[in-house]
Amino acid sequence: MNSSSMPTPDALRPRDDERLVFDAPASQADRPTHYCPGCHHGIAHRLVAEVLDELNVADRTILVASVGCSAFSYDYFTVDALEAQHGRACAVATGVRRANPGSVVFTYQGDGDMAAIGLAESVHAANRGELITAIFINNTVYGMTGGQMAPTTLIGQKTTTTPEGRHLLGEGGPLRMTELMAGLDGVAYAERCALDSVKHVRAAKKALRNAFEVQLRGLGFGFVELLSGCPTNWHMTPQAANRRISEEMIPVFPLGVTKNLLDK
Amino acid sequence: MSDTVARTLIKGNEAVAFGAVDAGCRCYFGYPITPQNEIPETMSRLLPAVSGHYVQAESEVAAASMLLGACAAGVPSMTSSSGCGISLMQEALSYMNGSMLPAVLVNMARGGPGLGDIGPSQGDYFQAVKGGGHGDHRNIVLAPATAQECYDFMFRAFALAFTYANPVMVLGDAIVGQIKEPVRRTPPADALSPAQLEALAAPWRVEGRGKRGPGAAPRLIKSVYLAEGALAARNRLLQDKYEAMRAEARSLSYNVDDADLVVVAYGSIARAVRSTLRALREQGVAVGLFRPVTLYPFPDEALRALAAARPGRRFLVIEQNLGQMVEDVRLALFGAAGCGAEVLWHGLMPGLLANAQMLEEPVRMALAGKEIRS
Amino acid sequence: MTTSAYQDVIIAGFGGQGVMLIGNLLAQAGMEYGREVSFLPVYGAEMRGGTANCTVVIDVESVGSPLVQTPLSTIVLNEPSLAKFQPRLADGGVQIVNASLIDKALVDSKRRTVYIPANDMALEIGSVKMANMVALGAWLKATDALPLACVQDALNRVVGSHYAKLIPANAKALAAGYNFA
Repeated sequence: MNSSSMPTPDALRPRDDERLVFDAPASQADRPTHYCPGCHHGIAHRLVAEVLDELNVADRTILVASVGCSAFSYDYFTVDALEAQHGRACAVATGVRRANPGSVVFTYQGDGDMAAIGLAESVHAANRGELITAIFINNTVYGMTGGQMAPTTLIGQKTTTTPEGRHLLGEGGPLRMTELMAGLDGVAYAERCALDSVKHVRAAKKALRNAFEVQLRGLGFGFVELLSGCPTNWHMTPQAANRRISEEMIPVFPLGVTKNLLDK
Repeated sequence: MSDTVARTLIKGNEAVAFGAVDAGCRCYFGYPITPQNEIPETMSRLLPAVSGHYVQAESEVAAASMLLGACAAGVPSMTSSSGCGISLMQEALSYMNGSMLPAVLVNMARGGPGLGDIGPSQGDYFQAVKGGGHGDHRNIVLAPATAQECYDFMFRAFALAFTYANPVMVLGDAIVGQIKEPVRRTPPADALSPAQLEALAAPWRVEGRGKRGPGAAPRLIKSVYLAEGALAARNRLLQDKYEAMRAEARSLSYNVDDADLVVVAYGSIARAVRSTLRALREQGVAVGLFRPVTLYPFPDEALRALAAARPGRRFLVIEQNLGQMVEDVRLALFGAAGCGAEVLWHGLMPGLLANAQMLEEPVRMALAGKEIRS
Repeated sequence: MTTSAYQDVIIAGFGGQGVMLIGNLLAQAGMEYGREVSFLPVYGAEMRGGTANCTVVIDVESVGSPLVQTPLSTIVLNEPSLAKFQPRLADGGVQIVNASLIDKALVDSKRRTVYIPANDMALEIGSVKMANMVALGAWLKATDALPLACVQDALNRVVGSHYAKLIPANAKALAAGYNFA
């Protein structure tokens, strides 16, 4: 049952002859989100909450939020949380986790936060093998500020700051964070997943679980990149956004586990 | 000479580290920069021995962010830096003010602007006492002048940071950090114990809601207030807190009773001035010294009391910058409250190694009402 | 033994001559003697010219300025240091000048000077590296600032354990300098 501060209304509780087959995870706050229709943050949040429930760690978990569309991610989890400056989530998480070694700490960051302004903090926390889990939402665009170029924007992709499409020389190529992270000795788990299909969503949940598992076992830094849709800034329907992930993003950002110390 | 037993000869920077750890500091985050490297070096030795954490960060931006995280967890924690490094920490400093976190930062200031030099300077006065980061915020600022004070003020810094849930900056300089002097490692009388610090953080720290029993509501530490009127309410709270901090203003006075001229100086410059005044006293010249120990809150009431105690006496601000603290002195003594006291100023250039002899001339001239600006 | 109430000294030489070591030793000894002391190494641009210097102040009350414009005494171990600090020596002050490395013609005859072949004396005792101790010994005699035995004893706190076996020789070098002056 949902143990958040907003209990399920009685009208929605199962009657004696009914069986509850679908409910919000206890770690997820039961409240409407501010995200746009078709945005994948909702799915990503739910997956994280399910994993926290299944690992039974929510009561010792601390979320370090970021700046971007997910700035208010803490509103949607029933765990202790704090705000970090733009890009600094992994450094802030380092401080929290060091100060409170018994806690479970995760960051939830978009592509601007993780891969542009916070690249140094993200890479160095990973390289130090900080016992934190970083969840990276890659939707190839700056959502909150209105669709500007991200470090993960695809070559040729038009954004509000690349009106002619992104050029490799001068504007750079899409940064492949999972491959970058997997190359660091301190990283215990790195996987890129996508949220465009049921199959991929299921794989994403498994990846998230593993990325927390390495933290719980003290193996090192856990990292999951989630290819996500931004229908609003892509100017697409949610269905078309899902197609874009599979047809345009996955060829540039291949899915799969690039590092896993769990079985070693 | 019975008091020699407990003294050890250590640098101001080392005294900072010993004081911090003895005061209960358990996390240090930093990035090397001269002239404060003995602080991280000493911390990297001391903290593992007390189950603490020393992290050499990838930058001062990251170090201050780690500090934010550790402070949010309610654990006495600190960073230290100088010059450009302190500039890089201003982002997190603003957030820590907005989030009301008990951060302790040490600035062993060096000469600027820019890369400047690694010599002593008081050019960071404005940055330290007027906030430094974006938004309207205030740091409590303590200014040690001796290695012993470096040790003692770390206790005070943690006590104030946790009492007010507010960042505290300990502002020294290259002299204060590099000087080796006898230090007694005994907690000052006004120190708070680690248990007292923890008790002050218990009501707000993030720790995992399970620590507060089953069904506890989650906690959130943040500085963002978007709802209409919410930021105004938050800033009013901060304003009230800054007002309450005024009770923490501290200063020291030397030989002021019969002085026609009172020199106002802090930190290492106050030491040089004290020697200058000693030499002048021997020549029968009555000059006193007023030394702000807290730069924020500024000890303006004590300064006004000095002006009222001997109407007509002059004040001479001596500082190692182009004129910063003099503004606070003039504000304190402005109008009727300052009894019309005249405020003169003498500045020393950054990087210069000030000594007692070089200050005699500006003090003598000020006695005659003449200002030698620098 | 009578000792003066206030004393300050600038110690200067090439990097590697042990300038900081004898500065530390003097401050440690002063502290153990019950005095207030300060030791300030001068670093920065000046250090990169190849010379190092430090200032030690010994006082009966808490030390004010840890730096002095016109020192009451100096210990100069090389020629550049003599050029720099001889003009700053206070009237009536004393300078210990390393005769092994500094031409006597450069020494201002109006200054009270102990012109001591510190390197040669140190070599006789066992190592040229102890020239700093010889010079400090001469300074102790010339200034009467602290008892020789107190400084010799402080070697045990200042010299690292790796070099503890060198302490007796260093104590001897201090004594040799003291007896020369």
